[in-house]
Parts: sequence; structure tokens; C-alpha cells
Amino acid sequence: MAELLAVLYGSVMRVDPARPNSPDRDRFILSKGHACAALSAVLGERGFFPLDWLKSFCQNGSRLAGHVTHRGVPGVEASTGSLGHGLSIACGMALAGKRDGRSYRVFTILSDGECDEGSTWEAALFAPHHMLDNLVVIVDYNKIQSFGRVKEVLDLEPLGEKWKSFGWSVREVDGHNVSELRSTLQEVPFQVDRPSCVIAHTVKGKGVSFMEDKLLWHYRPPDDEELRQALNELEAAE
Amino acid sequence: MRTAFIRALLELAENDERIYLIVGDLGYSVVERFAQRFPSRYLNVGVAEQNMTGIAAGMALSGKVVFTYSIANFPTLRCLEQIRNDVCYHEADVKIVSIGGGLAYGALGMTHHATEDLAIMRALPGMVAVAPGDPIEAEGATRAIAGQSGPCYLRLGKAGEPNVHAPGTHFSLGKAITVREGDDVTLIATGGLLYNTVKVAEQLSLNGLEARVLSMHTLKPLDTESILAAASQTSAIVTVEEHSLIGGLGSAVAEVLAELGGRKPPLTRLALRSGFVPEVGSQDYLRETEGLSVNGILRSLQRVLQSVEK
Repeated sequence: MAELLAVLYGSVMRVDPARPNSPDRDRFILSKGHACAALSAVLGERGFFPLDWLKSFCQNGSRLAGHVTHRGVPGVEASTGSLGHGLSIACGMALAGKRDGRSYRVFTILSDGECDEGSTWEAALFAPHHMLDNLVVIVDYNKIQSFGRVKEVLDLEPLGEKWKSFGWSVREVDGHNVSELRSTLQEVPFQVDRPSCVIAHTVKGKGVSFMEDKLLWHYRPPDDEELRQALNELEAAE
Repeated sequence: MRTAFIRALLELAENDERIYLIVGDLGYSVVERFAQRFPSRYLNVGVAEQNMTGIAAGMALSGKVVFTYSIANFPTLRCLEQIRNDVCYHEADVKIVSIGGGLAYGALGMTHHATEDLAIMRALPGMVAVAPGDPIEAEGATRAIAGQSGPCYLRLGKAGEPNVHAPGTHFSLGKAITVREGDDVTLIATGGLLYNTVKVAEQLSLNGLEARVLSMHTLKPLDTESILAAASQTSAIVTVEEHSLIGGLGSAVAEVLAELGGRKPPLTRLALRSGFVPEVGSQDYLRETEGLSVNGILRSLQRVLQSVEK
């Protein structure tokens, strides 16, 4: 997730923090709104709002909620948090761009868990039918969802084949390989007249030994000692 | 009402390029003219109301004024969370249009009875909720919501409803229309039962009782002023609606009266009392069985009116 956002906001999307409502900006929707902390950090780093806002994340009276909230937060296109909403909104934005002859693209990140939602597949049917090649879906496929392994809860395999059979142009990448992500996302659309789907294979909690691939950390914030250790590991890896 | 709606929408779309119409694979013999006249501003998303509503929100956030259109509960309850989160929270310019409000599709069975929609729509923050009483109001309401920024719900009947108002009657969102003056009792109707309500008032008049009739076409924002005036000027208030007893017009009026201090007139709420309507039949048949025909309403009013006459 962090790598995906860093690449999108660092070297793919055409956005200008000084003009967050420019009509030709690329749009980003974090459909997996629960990953809001990462998006908030990226928007802050990119200059959409003062970095010290981050200290207020999820605190009383803050405008930065635990799920993506657009009100009062520059750079956020759409509020999300209930799964299966983002792709439809993205389709609407992409279609409006097409009908207006604008050149912007719409990027959205889905979780694997939200591929359980029927509404995700309603939108997945829609985008290829309307040839929305200005639309890019990235599935953060960490293979773990709220209550366990995706394979055990509700198997999505073959996931890439599913998107492909719906009419998307699909690529599968290592979601932690920044250069691979950059080169892949800079190439969208992969095919003219088709929406693009990137299946990003990821590991939940990547880079922190005691968090990697553990369901527990979907729920638990680290205590001070754990946070220190996690930051040390991430900094050592840089 | 749907004919009046589409006629008004066509005219509006001629002058406003932002207007789009999105349907959920319904609207046969109604929406075709729009599709032919404005092919690039018409969209049939298929049988997918959640997606329809999310797309509408996305388009509205890109500068469009989007009408979503389907029947009964499909454009409302089926995609309720999309309406709440994607439309209302974003204050998106999405106008939700449902055909077949109440029991218009009575013979088609429970799935097609839209009987809780007004309660649910009016509870949503920022949502304007409108249920026109005749085709004249339907046309006025269509123009009014197109000109009103933000989410709106338009509950229409089907086709062939009689006109209650004279053509050209002024329509203003949130302002009840006084169809008939009277100082004995106030009858407040919303939606297609306005016609029966006017007929009831005419019957009462034959018996020497003058009923004020208000068409409360907008449930939210509610015209509290006209309700308060009725409370102070007439001896009883009766609400009439083709909707669940819970949460609709009767509830909205009760909320106003409950917070009113001092002496207040008795309130009688005529609505669907049986939960799921237990029978199948035409709209007229079900209005009869539910006590909402002209005679049914008169029967229910007997006790109320006796106290007024004293």
C-alpha cells in the first residue's frame, strides 16, 4: 500500500497541491478507505495540507478520520470506508472525463476483501463496456482479509483471470517493487479502449518482522516499544 | 406523472448541458425520447442500482447534474448506502427518481410496493424529499429539483393520474400548496392521494364542514409554517399518504405538533397500517382495502369530525 501510494503520488499522477480542484487533475480514490493513515501521510508529504495535521490523526476534533474523509481535507476526492463503493465513483468520474473530452485519469485502489462485494463487480462489468481506458484499478492483493486468509474466507482465485474475463487489461506485479510499480503504472492504459487492472501482490505489514502477514495488525495499533522497533526496521531497510 | 417528469426533463436538458439521465434498465416507453435527443447524456447501466448511484455520484463530483431513474424501491433501498455515503455526504448533485411510489404497482406484489421510501429518504442528511400530488406538481417538482443544488429524491406515481391543480400552478420546494381553503379541519396529503383528499373535502363540504386541503409535496424541508397555521386556525389535522405509518408525512407533521406548546388540535394519521400490504391488487383496490379510498378516508374521519362539529 505505502509503495503504491508513493509511486502514484510521486511519479505517476498529475496532481498539483496548489490547485487541488483543477479540472484536469488526475483523480485518486482509495476504495479501501481503512488504509487512510497511509493516504493521509502521502497527502501531507505531497503538500496538500500541513504535515503537522498528521499528529491529529483520529484524535478528538481532528479532520483526519480513521477512514478516508474528504470534508475539510484538500486532495481527497471521495470519502470511503464502506467497501465496494470506490470503483463505481471512479467509473462515474472516468465517464464524465470521457464525455467532456478531458485527458485526466482516475486511479483507485481496492482491497482484496472488497472484491467480495457485488457492487465491485457491477462496476467491473461497466468500465470495459464503456471503454474507460482512463480508469485504473489496483488491487492490493495481500491475501488476508478481516477474518482470515482470503483463500479460506472466500477464495478469489483466479483473480487476474476474473478481471481479464470482464474485459480489463490486466498486469500482475510485485506490489513492493517500486521500480516495477513505477514502470507499470506509467504505461497505463495498457490497451487503448480498455480499463487497466493491476493486481499488486503484497504482504500485509511488509518490512516489519513481527507484523508481516499477521491478521492481528489489521486491528491493533502498536504500543510505543513496538512502534520504535517497527520504525527501526523500516529505516534500516531504506 | 412520469410523462410530466420526462417532458420537463427534456426541456431542462435542452438548456443545461450538465443534465444527465441514468437508468437501471427500466423506463420502457418513458426515457427513450431523452436517449434519442441526448445520446451522450443518457446511460443505461444495466440492472445494477448500487453502481448506478455510485456512478451518478462520481459524475456529479465531475460537474454534472445527474438524474437516476428506476422503479419502486430499486433506486432507493437497494442502494441506500451509496445514497447516504456517495451522494449525501458529498452533497452531490444527484436527483433520485422513483416511479411507482406507494402502491402504484400494487398487482406486482410486495417487492414493487414502495412504502417506506419517504421515511428512509427524509432521514438522510442533506436529502430533499418530494412526492408530487399530480402531474402538474410532478412537472414543477422536476424543474425545482434540477435548479436546487444537492441530493433530491423525487417520488412519482406511474401514469394517468388526474390533474388536481390548474396548469401553471406555482410550485416551490418546501412550500405546501393550499388546494382548498377551509377553517374547520385541515387535510394534509402527500403524493398521489392528493386527489382522493380533495374529493373527501368536497364530500365534507356537502355536509357543511369546510376542510382546508394542503398538498405537502415536499416532506423535507417541511413547510412547518403551514402546519402551524393549520394548528392554530383549524380544529383538527388529518394526514393522508400512501406510505407506511412510520416515518412519512404523518410522522413529520406529528414531530412539528409534538414540539408545539399549548393547546393543539388532534392529529389523525391515515397511512398504510398493515406493514406489508397483505393483498395483491390494483392501486385503487389496495387503497380501498387499506382505507385510503375516498370512502375509506371518510369512514376514518367520522369520529374525528364528530368532535369538531361539537
